[in-house]
Amino acid sequence: MKELTIFIDNREIKVLEGTTILEAAKKAGIEVPTLCYYKDLNPTGNCGVCVVEVEGVDTFKRACITQVENNRKYNTNTRKVMDARKAVVELILSNHPNDCLKCIRNQNCELQTLAADLGIREFPFERFDKDMPIDKKGVIIRDSNKCIQCGRCIKACQDIQTVNAIDFVNRGYETKLGTFMDLPLNDTTCTNCGQCVAVCPVGALYERDDTSAVWAAINDPTKHVVVQEAPAVRVAIGEEFGMPEGTVSSGKMHTALRRMGFDRVFDTNFTADLTIMEEGTEVVNKIATAFKTGEIGKNLPVITSCSPGWIKFMETFFPNLREHISTAKSPQQMFGPLAKTYYAEQEKIDPKNIVSVSIMPCTAKKFEAARPEMNSSGYQDVDYVLTTREFGRMIKEAGIDFKNLPEEEADELMGFYTGAATIFGATGGVMEAALRTVWFVLTGKEMENYDIKLVRGMETGIKEGVVEIPLKEEIAKDLGIKVLPAKVAVAHGLSNARILLTKVAAQLKEKGQSEYHFIEIMACPGGCVGGGGQPYACEYAARARRAEGLYKEDKDITKVRASHNNPMITKIYKDFLEKPNSHKAHKLLHTKYVDRSDLV
Amino acid sequence: MSNYKVVVGMGSCGIAAGAHSVYKKIQDTAKDKPELGIILEETGCIGMCYREPLVEIEDLKSKKKYLYGGVDEKRWEKISAEHLIKGEPVKKWIVKSSEKDGTDEDIFKKQFRVVLSRTGHINPESIDEYLKTDGYKALKRVLKEMKREDVIDEIKKSGLRGRGGAGFPTGLKWEFASREKNDKKYIVCNADEGDPGAFMDRAVLEGDPHSVIEGMIIGAYAIGADEGYVYCRAEYPLAIKRLTMAIEQAEKMNFLGDKILQTEFSFHLKIKQGAGAFVCGEETALIASIEGKRGMPRIRPPFPAQKGLWKKPTNINNVETFANIAWIIYNGYEKYASMGTKNSKGTKVFSLSGKIKRTGLAEVPMGISLREIIFEIAGGILDDKKFKAIQVGGPSGGCIPEKLLDTPVDYDSLNATGAIMGSGGMVIMDENSCMVDVARYFLNFTQNESCGKCTFCRIGTKRMHEILSRITQGKGREGDIEKLEEIAHMVAESSLCGLGQTAPNPVLTTIKYFRDEYEAHIKEKRCPAGQCKELITLKIDKEKCIKCGICAKNCPVECIRGSKENPYEIIQEKCIKCGNCKTVCPTKAVIVE
Amino acid sequence: MTNDDRSALMEIVGKYKSQKGSLIPVLQNIQEYLGYISKESVEFVSEQLNYPESDIYGVVTFYAQFKLEKPGKHGIKVCQGTACHVIGADTVRDVIFKELNLKKYGTTEDMKFTVEEVACLGCCSLAPVIMIDGQVFGKLTMDKIKKILNSY
Repeated sequence: MKELTIFIDNREIKVLEGTTILEAAKKAGIEVPTLCYYKDLNPTGNCGVCVVEVEGVDTFKRACITQVENNRKYNTNTRKVMDARKAVVELILSNHPNDCLKCIRNQNCELQTLAADLGIREFPFERFDKDMPIDKKGVIIRDSNKCIQCGRCIKACQDIQTVNAIDFVNRGYETKLGTFMDLPLNDTTCTNCGQCVAVCPVGALYERDDTSAVWAAINDPTKHVVVQEAPAVRVAIGEEFGMPEGTVSSGKMHTALRRMGFDRVFDTNFTADLTIMEEGTEVVNKIATAFKTGEIGKNLPVITSCSPGWIKFMETFFPNLREHISTAKSPQQMFGPLAKTYYAEQEKIDPKNIVSVSIMPCTAKKFEAARPEMNSSGYQDVDYVLTTREFGRMIKEAGIDFKNLPEEEADELMGFYTGAATIFGATGGVMEAALRTVWFVLTGKEMENYDIKLVRGMETGIKEGVVEIPLKEEIAKDLGIKVLPAKVAVAHGLSNARILLTKVAAQLKEKGQSEYHFIEIMACPGGCVGGGGQPYACEYAARARRAEGLYKEDKDITKVRASHNNPMITKIYKDFLEKPNSHKAHKLLHTKYVDRSDLV
Repeated sequence: MSNYKVVVGMGSCGIAAGAHSVYKKIQDTAKDKPELGIILEETGCIGMCYREPLVEIEDLKSKKKYLYGGVDEKRWEKISAEHLIKGEPVKKWIVKSSEKDGTDEDIFKKQFRVVLSRTGHINPESIDEYLKTDGYKALKRVLKEMKREDVIDEIKKSGLRGRGGAGFPTGLKWEFASREKNDKKYIVCNADEGDPGAFMDRAVLEGDPHSVIEGMIIGAYAIGADEGYVYCRAEYPLAIKRLTMAIEQAEKMNFLGDKILQTEFSFHLKIKQGAGAFVCGEETALIASIEGKRGMPRIRPPFPAQKGLWKKPTNINNVETFANIAWIIYNGYEKYASMGTKNSKGTKVFSLSGKIKRTGLAEVPMGISLREIIFEIAGGILDDKKFKAIQVGGPSGGCIPEKLLDTPVDYDSLNATGAIMGSGGMVIMDENSCMVDVARYFLNFTQNESCGKCTFCRIGTKRMHEILSRITQGKGREGDIEKLEEIAHMVAESSLCGLGQTAPNPVLTTIKYFRDEYEAHIKEKRCPAGQCKELITLKIDKEKCIKCGICAKNCPVECIRGSKENPYEIIQEKCIKCGNCKTVCPTKAVIVE
Repeated sequence: MTNDDRSALMEIVGKYKSQKGSLIPVLQNIQEYLGYISKESVEFVSEQLNYPESDIYGVVTFYAQFKLEKPGKHGIKVCQGTACHVIGADTVRDVIFKELNLKKYGTTEDMKFTVEEVACLGCCSLAPVIMIDGQVFGKLTMDKIKKILNSY
C-alpha cells in the first residue's frame, strides 16, 4: 500500500492509503469528536458529528467514512466546523427527551458527554418530543424516543450477530429503530445477547432493571438471600469505579456483596467447575459411544450450552442441532437449583425463603432464568439476575467505596473455585477448562501444561484444531484407538457461530458426521467478558484486557487449576449428587431445548 | 385506398384529457365510412399538453399535415364532416400545420428537437416507425465502424452533460466506467423522474422508447457492459408498458440479446420498477434499490463506476441523456456541439407547467433565456396576471424572480442564481403564488423524502419545515429568517448526498429574492399573495355580487349563503379558504383580505 | 392465508427467485395481487427468499408504494406535485375528503376508496390531477371531482 502525505490542522503526517481522516487525525494526536462511530463496527457516517473541512472541497466531509487523499489539507477545528458539529448535536437534542436526570444513562451517556464537550448551553431549536411507546415486554427495553438513529445497534445485531431482529424502519424524519411489524423485541428473533445495548450511546436500549426487587429481598427479614457472580464480572466491575479493564476484583466483589447485605456470598465459578464435571462426563461418554457404536454423527459433536444468547439463537436458527447441544445447564442455572436444595438442606433453611440472585455480564441470563424449564428445585431456580452494570449501580447506591475495599473469599460451600472455572468468562475458556478435565479422565494423568493457547484469544472468530489425547489403557482397549485426535472448535460472536454451525449442519446432512468432536460457542464477541451486561464502552481491545485478567487469576491467583481437583466439587458429589451424570444430577443440572424456528 | 392518416396523441396527458374516447370515435368513423380511407395511428406526447387531446390529420395525397387541438368527440364530428369529407380544414381548431397557419405556430419557433425529434410523430409501439426515422442506424454504425474509445471520444467532443441534474460530462463518465477492468459491468438508465413538476422523461419513454434503448446499447458497448437496467418509477405505467414492448421488439430484431447484429457484443436489458422514493434518483440509492434494499445513499468514493451494482462497475445516466446519444452519433458531434453555450452544449428538454398559458414540453438549444421560454414558448402568464417566479430544478432547485429572467438557460448561469438546471422541470408562478408557501411545500417534500440517514437532512429539514409552517400560519417570529438561513447552510454543507445538499435551495432562493414576503408574513402577519389560509379572509363584495349562486354551488364546505334576493356571503367560521368561490365568481366579487 | 393465496404467492416468488435483487419486484407483485403487503406475506417471503423479516419490513416501510393495510376497492392518488400545489392540490384533497367523508388520507368506512397522496404523477400540464386505479384525471374542478367519484 502507498504511503500518503497529508496535512491535518497544518500538521504534516504520513499514513497508508485507505486510512480514514478520523484514523489519520488520531495518529496526529487529534481527537475528532464522533457519535455514531464505534471502533468495532463498520462506520456508517450516519450522525455527521465528525465533519471536517477539506481544503478545495465545498462540503464538509465525515471523518469516519472518508479516506484521505494525498497532499490534501484537512481542518478539524475551524470555527465553521465547530459550529456545524454543534449544530448537529443541537438538532439531535431538539428531538431527544430532556430527562437526563432520571435516564438510565445519566453520566454515562455519549450524547450527554458530547453536548458538554461541545459547550452546548441552550436549545436553539424548538423542541419536539416524540411520543412512542416503550417496548418493555422482554429483558431488553427499547425506548425509540431516545434513539438518535446512529445505527450501531443494527450493525451489531445484523453484522456481528446475524440475528437481524432490528432494522431501520420508515423513512425521513419518521425513521426509527424497528422490528418486524413493530413487534416487541421479545417476540422476534432477538437472542437477548445485549450487544445492541452494549453499543447504544444513549438510553434507547437497556436491560430491565431488577435492582429494586433485589434491594427489597435483601431488606426483607423473612428472606435468605444468596448471591452468585459470573467469572467475567470480576474483571469488569472495577471499571465502574475507575479501575482499568481486567483488574481482578474477585475479593472486593465478595466484600461488597457482603456489605450490601446478602446473606451468603457464593460464586458462579463453583458451578462452573460443576459444569465441567457434568459436561465433561457427557463429552467423554458421547465420544465413547460414538467410537464404540460407530454412530459418530449421532453423538458428536457435543456443543457447549453455557451461553443463553447462543442457546436461543440455536433454538431459533438451528433447531435441528438441538440433540448436539450439551444437556448440562449453564453454571448460573446449576447454581440455582443447588442453592434451593443442597444448600438449603445443609443449612436447614426452607427453600421457599431463599432468594437466589445472580450477577452476570449478560442480558440473556435474565431470559434464561425465566425459562419455564428452569425450576428443578420446585421453585424458580434463580430469582433475580443483575448485570454487571446493575451491580455497579447498587454498590454506588449503597455508598460502598469499592476501590478501597479489603478482599474477602466467597463462602466456601458453593464459593470455592478453580482457575478452570474463572476462564469460563473468555472465549475458549469453557473448552480449555473442559479439556483439562477430559484429558485427566481419558489419560489418567494431569496435563503437563494447563495453558491451551490454541483456543485462546479473540482475534480469530473461529478457532479450531486437534488435541491429541493419549488414552489410558482400559479406555484405549475399549475404543480400539490409542490416541484420540480430538477435533475442537471455538466460535465467539453469533456471526461466527452461524458460519461454524452452517458447516456442521451441512457435514451432518451430507456425510452423516461432522469433523468436530467438541465445540464451544459463546454469543458475544470475546465471550462473556464482552457480554451485553458489562460496563459500557467495551470495545474489543477492552474485552481482551478483561480476558487477560481472567487468565491471570487462573494462573497466578487460584490455588487449583482443574475442576476435578476442586475439593468442594468432590464434597458435593459425595454428600449430595453421587456422581457426575447421576440420576439426581440429571434432574437438577441438565435441561432440554425447544424449537423456536417460528420466530424466523 | 388510403386518403388520410389520423394520429392521436396518446401520452399520459392526452389520455387523461380524453384521447381514448376520441380515438374510439375516430375508429368508428373509419369503420362507418370506409370510403374516407382513414389510417388510424397513435403517437406519444406532442408537447402541447394544454391543447390535449391532439389529433393530427395528414392528407396522404398532398402530404399536408394539420394538428387539431382540444379534440373531443363533438369536435371530431365536425372535423370529420368538414375536413375529411368536404376537404375543408377547420381552421379555428388547427394549432399547427404544414402550412404554418395554425393558431399556436410560434410555440415551436424557438425549439430545436433532438430528444423529442420523434416524440409525438411516430407510433411509439412500433419499431418499424422508429427504424423508418433512422432508428438504430447509429447503433449499426457504432458496431460496424467504431471502437469503444471512438464512441467515448465522440460523446466527449459533443459536450453532452448529464441531463439528470448535476450535469457531469457524459463522455467522461463513460470513460471512467470503461477504464475499469472487470468481467462484469452494468449500465443503468435512471428513469425515476422524481422531481415534482418534471415530466420530460415520461414523455420520452412514452413517445420514443427505442431512442433510450439505442442510447443504452451504445453506452453499454462503450463501457463494456453486457447487462443493463432501466429503473423506472411505478407511477408511470404507460411508460413501463411501452418500454417493455420496445425491449421485446428490439430483442426480436437482435438489437438486444446475444451477439448483437452478428458481432461479438451482447447486451441484455431489464426493467426494474421503482417503489416510490425520491432519493432513489441519487445514484448510490438507486443501486441499493435495484439490489432490493432500502434506498439509502452511501459515501462516494468508491464511485459507481468503480463499485456499483452488486459491487461491479456501473454507469448510470438518465433518460434524456441516453435519448441524445444516437442522435449525436448519427448526426455527428459537431452538429450537436454547435448548439448551446460554451460549457453547455446541445439542447435541453423542459417541462412547462404552472400559471402559464401553454403547458407542455419544450426542447430548446442551451443558452436561450428564461424570458423567451416563459413568454414566447409558453405564451406568458395565465389570465395575463403578473409573473412572479419560475421554479427550476425541482426540490433541489430554486425560484428565480422577474429581474433575472434574462438569465440564459445553461448549467453555470442557472447555478449562479442559486437554482440548478436539475432535470428540467419548470413551474411558473404568478402574483397569487406565495413564495413562503412554495418554500414550505418543497421542504415538506424533502423532509418526507429524506432517507433518514443523516442528522442534518433528517432533522434539519424537519426543523426548517416547522419554521416555514409557522411563518405561513402567521406565527413567525423575529429571527426566523436568520435561523432558516443558518440551518440551510448547515444542511447544504454537511449532508452526505445530493438530496440533502440541495434541499435548502428553495428556501435560500426565496429568501434571497423574496425576503419582503417573508417579512410581511412574520412582521405584519400578512400574506401578500393571498394564499396562506391562516392569514387571509375571503369576503364577497355585496356591490359586485350578481346573486348568481355559482360560488355557493362550488363551495366544498357549503359555507356560502344567499339567494336570488340577498347577496351571497361567506360564513367565516366554516370557511376553509380554498378560494374556489374566488376562482368561479364571474364578476370577481370575492375578495381576499 | 388461504391456499389460493399461498399458491399465487408461490408463483410470484418462483418467477423472481432466481433473479438478483428480487425482493422489491416480489413485494410489488404481491401487493398487486393482495392489494397490500400482509404480515403473513412478509413471513412467506422471508421463508422463501431467506431474507430476515425485519429487513423486509425495513424495505416495505421505506418505499411509499407499499401499503401494510388492506386498501379500499379503488385507489385514489392525489398528486402533490409542484404544479398541482400551485394550482390547488389542497383544495382537490379537501373536496375529495368532504365527498368521501374522510378526515385524513386513508380508507373510507365502506372500503370503497383509499385516498393517498403521491409526490407527482408527471401530468403537470393538466394540474391539478388525481389518479384513480391507474387512470389520470386532470384539470379538476369541484364539479368534475364529484362527477368522477360518482362514476365509481
